[in-house]
Amino acid sequence: MRFGRAGAALALALLGGPAAAVAPDEIISDPALEQRARAISAELRCVVCQNQSIDDSDAPLARDLRVLVRDRLKSGASDEEIRRFVVQRYGEFVLLRPVIGWHTAALWGGPILILTLAALGILSSRRKRAADREAPLTSEEEARIRAIAGS
Amino acid sequence: MIVEAGHYALTLALGLSLLQCAIPFWGARSNDPVLMGSAVPAAIGVAALVGFAFVALLIAYVTSDFTVLNVVENSHSAKPMIYKITGVWGNHEGSMLLWVLILALFGAMVAASRHLPVRLKTNALCVQAAITIAFLVFILFSSNPFTRVEPPPAEGQDLNPVLQDIGLAIHPPLLYFGYVGFSMTFALAMAALIDGRVDAVWARAARPWTLLAWSFLTLGISMGSYWAYYELGWGGFWFWDPVENASLMPWLAGTALLHSVVVMEKREALKVWTILLAILTFSLSLLGTFLVRSGVLTSVHAFAVDPARGVFILAILSIFIGGSLAVFAWRAPLLRGGGIFAPISREGALILNNLLLASACATVFLGTLYPLVLEAFTGEKISVGTPYYNLTFLPILLPLMLVLPLGQALAWKRGDLFAVVQRLGALLGVSIALALGLIAFTAGGPVLAPLAIGLGAFLLLSGAGEIWTRSHVRGRPVSVAFRRAVGLPRSAWGSALAHAGLGITVIGIAAQAWSSETITAARPGTQMSVGRHTARLDSVRPRTGPNYTEDVVTLSLWRDGRPMGTLETTKRLYPARNSPTTEAGILTRGFDQIYVSVGEIGTDGSVGLRLYDKPLVLLIWIGSLFMAAGGGLSLTDRRLRVGVPVRARGGVAAQAAPAGGAA
Repeated sequence: MRFGRAGAALALALLGGPAAAVAPDEIISDPALEQRARAISAELRCVVCQNQSIDDSDAPLARDLRVLVRDRLKSGASDEEIRRFVVQRYGEFVLLRPVIGWHTAALWGGPILILTLAALGILSSRRKRAADREAPLTSEEEARIRAIAGS
Repeated sequence: MIVEAGHYALTLALGLSLLQCAIPFWGARSNDPVLMGSAVPAAIGVAALVGFAFVALLIAYVTSDFTVLNVVENSHSAKPMIYKITGVWGNHEGSMLLWVLILALFGAMVAASRHLPVRLKTNALCVQAAITIAFLVFILFSSNPFTRVEPPPAEGQDLNPVLQDIGLAIHPPLLYFGYVGFSMTFALAMAALIDGRVDAVWARAARPWTLLAWSFLTLGISMGSYWAYYELGWGGFWFWDPVENASLMPWLAGTALLHSVVVMEKREALKVWTILLAILTFSLSLLGTFLVRSGVLTSVHAFAVDPARGVFILAILSIFIGGSLAVFAWRAPLLRGGGIFAPISREGALILNNLLLASACATVFLGTLYPLVLEAFTGEKISVGTPYYNLTFLPILLPLMLVLPLGQALAWKRGDLFAVVQRLGALLGVSIALALGLIAFTAGGPVLAPLAIGLGAFLLLSGAGEIWTRSHVRGRPVSVAFRRAVGLPRSAWGSALAHAGLGITVIGIAAQAWSSETITAARPGTQMSVGRHTARLDSVRPRTGPNYTEDVVTLSLWRDGRPMGTLETTKRLYPARNSPTTEAGILTRGFDQIYVSVGEIGTDGSVGLRLYDKPLVLLIWIGSLFMAAGGGLSLTDRRLRVGVPVRARGGVAAQAAPAGGAA
């Protein structure tokens, strides 16, 4: 773990240097379109990098994808259409927000499931504990008490 | 010669650890005080030997001894001295040696501690020796830093330029102190299970180690975050990278542990859970160390690169995690829960804290490892990134922060929620007013961020409020309240400080919603606006450093027509590795920063620039410093230094008297 961050940095250095990603010449003049481009880019993974979005990555492939996203936007494609197009080309691996499906059911459902199960576990252990405490004495125990009390 | 001596010392340390593990354990079984006592000198001896080995490697680096393979691969004679030293742990072998060194130092600290009951200490040192053995075997047989190279090259290959930064001197050692510190709580938990004795004395013994480890881990993560922020050049502070998650998981589990140990110490409740958490926290630390070291996080196939290492790592993980969980399953049913409490009570609140923290930790675990497991079983490749964690992790953590101030103010055993809400009402009101005011003031801007700022303010205020309610008596002058506040237990101050720190961090993160970014190409003389500021590119000129060359870009900044100063940002080339880095230029004013990084420098003299105006960004890390300081302050609490029955009272009472005060 010693490269908490440096690990990412390391991969980055190997893949073209950690410079600012979006270059001035890529930006579209229409600010609304550019904002959509940024939002889409932030959720697309640079496929040759270690866990970076194409918005953050300086790799040439990330740049190509950024340009592609912007070209499609300019030709009037919707965000969803662009995402679908990119997935078709590179597979689901490019989506930083995994799709919801059977193969990701445990991933998306996991947190809620864990929280619910843990909460139920706490409740049931409390109930069991309370039941333990309120359990009446067994006849053996009563006999022992009588013996101790000497009656 | 010194290199061989270091190697030899490491081998001796392995032998001594074997003795430290076996003999005192036997002594504890047969109740022989002499054999049990042998754990103490053995632990100190292991620390000395590993320390010697570390110094030997350090000398090889400092003198640029290129007959040592590790030095050749990670050093260069022209490298500045500080990076020659930090380069020792800037690679796999050296960092493992640092890990063991810290482990051995903690062992020596436990051995030297006179606050621990003898049997607990002995068993803990045995368990600790077992961990040392595993790591020493791993180093000696698959990651030896002392390997010589024949014939020696004239020059080294230099350290990765990204690592040639003061961050490497700070971040890994702090992080390792955190990871390894949790090995002590783990060893104590195993010792308690072995003896079947888990009580308030155990909790009191385990608490300082938990606090120490947690404070170091907090600092380590936070310093790593700041390092990434200024080194990676796009101004982010957390990337949900698997490597980061590997350190976040033990932190979340450790935070839960910190709170459950308190319940156990005060009320003898949550015993089984606390022991389990101690085991899980260290298991996650181990997992973190090895997941990162093995490279498996980047790709499942990384194991194939060096199968010997991979097998070692798997073996160590399964022996320690599997073994400790097996011991837990075997012995835990013997433990009996203690104190009774109502659901609405401090205990109840701390259980909620543990529920949410553990679930948050499990979420990060799922997000980090799910892609690996899916790929291993089905071959399908997916990515889990920031959007996933925003949707799953934050909704678990936010309620935790909302109930934190309430829980902090509830009484033990049976609390009065209504009274607490009344008491905190004013603070809550102020925080909501602040949030609403911000929304109105920044109409049309982000909506969630002001609410988050309100939450942060609530946390911050209630930290201060906690001290106030505990020290203020109605109708008495403020001076009395002040005296009482000074006399409060240090742990009360510590928790107030840490919770306030969390609030500060939340404010810092929320404020980033108002950061603004400018991407532009500029030439000398070009003016551009960056959020609330104006910047002008002054010059671009070359400069030569000790082992690199760089282009230095200088900018001047103004705010409302008044000059604020200049900043420098550079693009470096390290010829030894032929790799470029950028050094971000940062101008700090108050808690705000202006952050500039250089992109491409064109042949026509135009410079690609990325400029950010980041309001209150420093609060993110300042908050975490508060958290760590809170942990440190709790550590000095009187009751962690006195009160363990085995200790003769005289010396300790005299030591502690000035700190105790009127509490």
